[in-house]
Amino acid sequence: MSKVRVLVGTRKGAFILESDGKRENWEVSGPHFAGWEVYHMKGSPADPDRLYASQTSSWSGQVIQRSSDGGKTWETPGGGPGKSPQGWPIGESNKFVYDTSEKTGKPLTTHQFYDGTQHPWEFKRVWHLEPSLSDPDTVYAGVEDAALFRSTDGAASWQELSGLRGHGTGPYWQPGAGGMCLHTIILDPSDPGRIYIAISAAGAFRTDDGGITWKPINRGLRSQFLPDQDAEIGHCVHHVAMNPSRPGVLFMQKHWDVMRSDNAGDSWHEVSGNLPTDFGFVIDVHAHEPETVYVVPIKSDGEHYPPDGKLRVYRSRTGGNEWEALTNGLPQQNCYVNVLRDAMAVDTLDSCGVYFGTTGGQVYASSDAGDNWSPIVRDLPAVLSVEVQMLP
Amino acid sequence: MIRVVLPPHLRTLAKVSGEVTLEVEGRATQRSVLDAIEAQYPMLCGTIRDHVTKQRRPFLRFFACEEDLSHESPDAALPDAVASGAEPFLIVGAIAGG
Repeated sequence: MSKVRVLVGTRKGAFILESDGKRENWEVSGPHFAGWEVYHMKGSPADPDRLYASQTSSWSGQVIQRSSDGGKTWETPGGGPGKSPQGWPIGESNKFVYDTSEKTGKPLTTHQFYDGTQHPWEFKRVWHLEPSLSDPDTVYAGVEDAALFRSTDGAASWQELSGLRGHGTGPYWQPGAGGMCLHTIILDPSDPGRIYIAISAAGAFRTDDGGITWKPINRGLRSQFLPDQDAEIGHCVHHVAMNPSRPGVLFMQKHWDVMRSDNAGDSWHEVSGNLPTDFGFVIDVHAHEPETVYVVPIKSDGEHYPPDGKLRVYRSRTGGNEWEALTNGLPQQNCYVNVLRDAMAVDTLDSCGVYFGTTGGQVYASSDAGDNWSPIVRDLPAVLSVEVQMLP
Repeated sequence: MIRVVLPPHLRTLAKVSGEVTLEVEGRATQRSVLDAIEAQYPMLCGTIRDHVTKQRRPFLRFFACEEDLSHESPDAALPDAVASGAEPFLIVGAIAGG
């Protein structure tokens, strides 16, 4: 029977949970990188023992960690001995430098700031790490201020895919309340050249040539906070999800509105339907049922907690519009946690497991596609991200 | 020999405990000390000062001999007591939280 590994990033470190396929008893290890924010941690689909973690702090900046043994030990790649001409090792794995070269980087110098003026791009942190589907040494990083980087040497060094910032709308991007972050990276398993990304608060973008050229894919999105509500860019996309078996169909949790695209993002339509509120952060799709979608409605942009103090996952089995509340095992009174954008994931066991973490430090899991839930760990620091790996 | 005290998180990252000691060629300055730290502990590159601009990260401070040297020129000579190893060069995380 397959084993399951859950990777949890929190405000004060990372935790790794493992269970057999029954998903009843969980071993918890951690905190790894204690005291640091771990925005995201993800394993390589090509080698489940290869993990990448984004470790960051306001004091000491960004660190990238890599494990080759499933999280038992970690290293800062690029920091090994004897790498420089002088014989000293080189610390490049946390060096994210925007491309400002004349050939490819110009004129990627400024973006729009909160006050409407132009502001220089300033690297702050890595929000999301997306390992390649086929090569354990290739990994993408979505960063704040929004840009996409790629490493092909196991995170030892990084190069910007500057065609994204440079495709034309970059100077008009502006930060949301959480900063201007590239938080979602989706690799199309059917087309190695196709990558989807999303940025708060610029919108969703797609490349079909491996990251050289990009275009906004925001047609159909409407945002009341924009003077032109259906503008080409400027939308605060919170997260996008895809079922790998149907890569042209995308589901989006926007600042407000749950959206769906059936044409790889070329156009979107709203599927919020009967949700109690269509504000939220996470969204994910069942591993085997591409029309089964999960969201966690949050009361509003000003009140980041579930409506009525009830933590409810909503599931649609019809690809949106018709939603049912899933409550068994979840607190139904006095619950005022949030579930952040990268804090939900699914496993691929026959009975699909669904996992999500809260800002209250609980990680809830369901081994029956959401019908019943239980905390598999609780009282962690605020959970920033949850990912799931299947192990042989 | 220069003695340097790192903040706790950076000691963990560098896999050291207590003070670290460095040999600095020529005059001891913030820049030469940080160059030596980053050479000896490359995982600290980017965590004390920016990779490219070499600006001190805003929430870190440099203290020595009961003085705040954070706003001194990176090329200014450090106090003799630091250069001789009598006193440590302190890299301190700014207080935050509540």
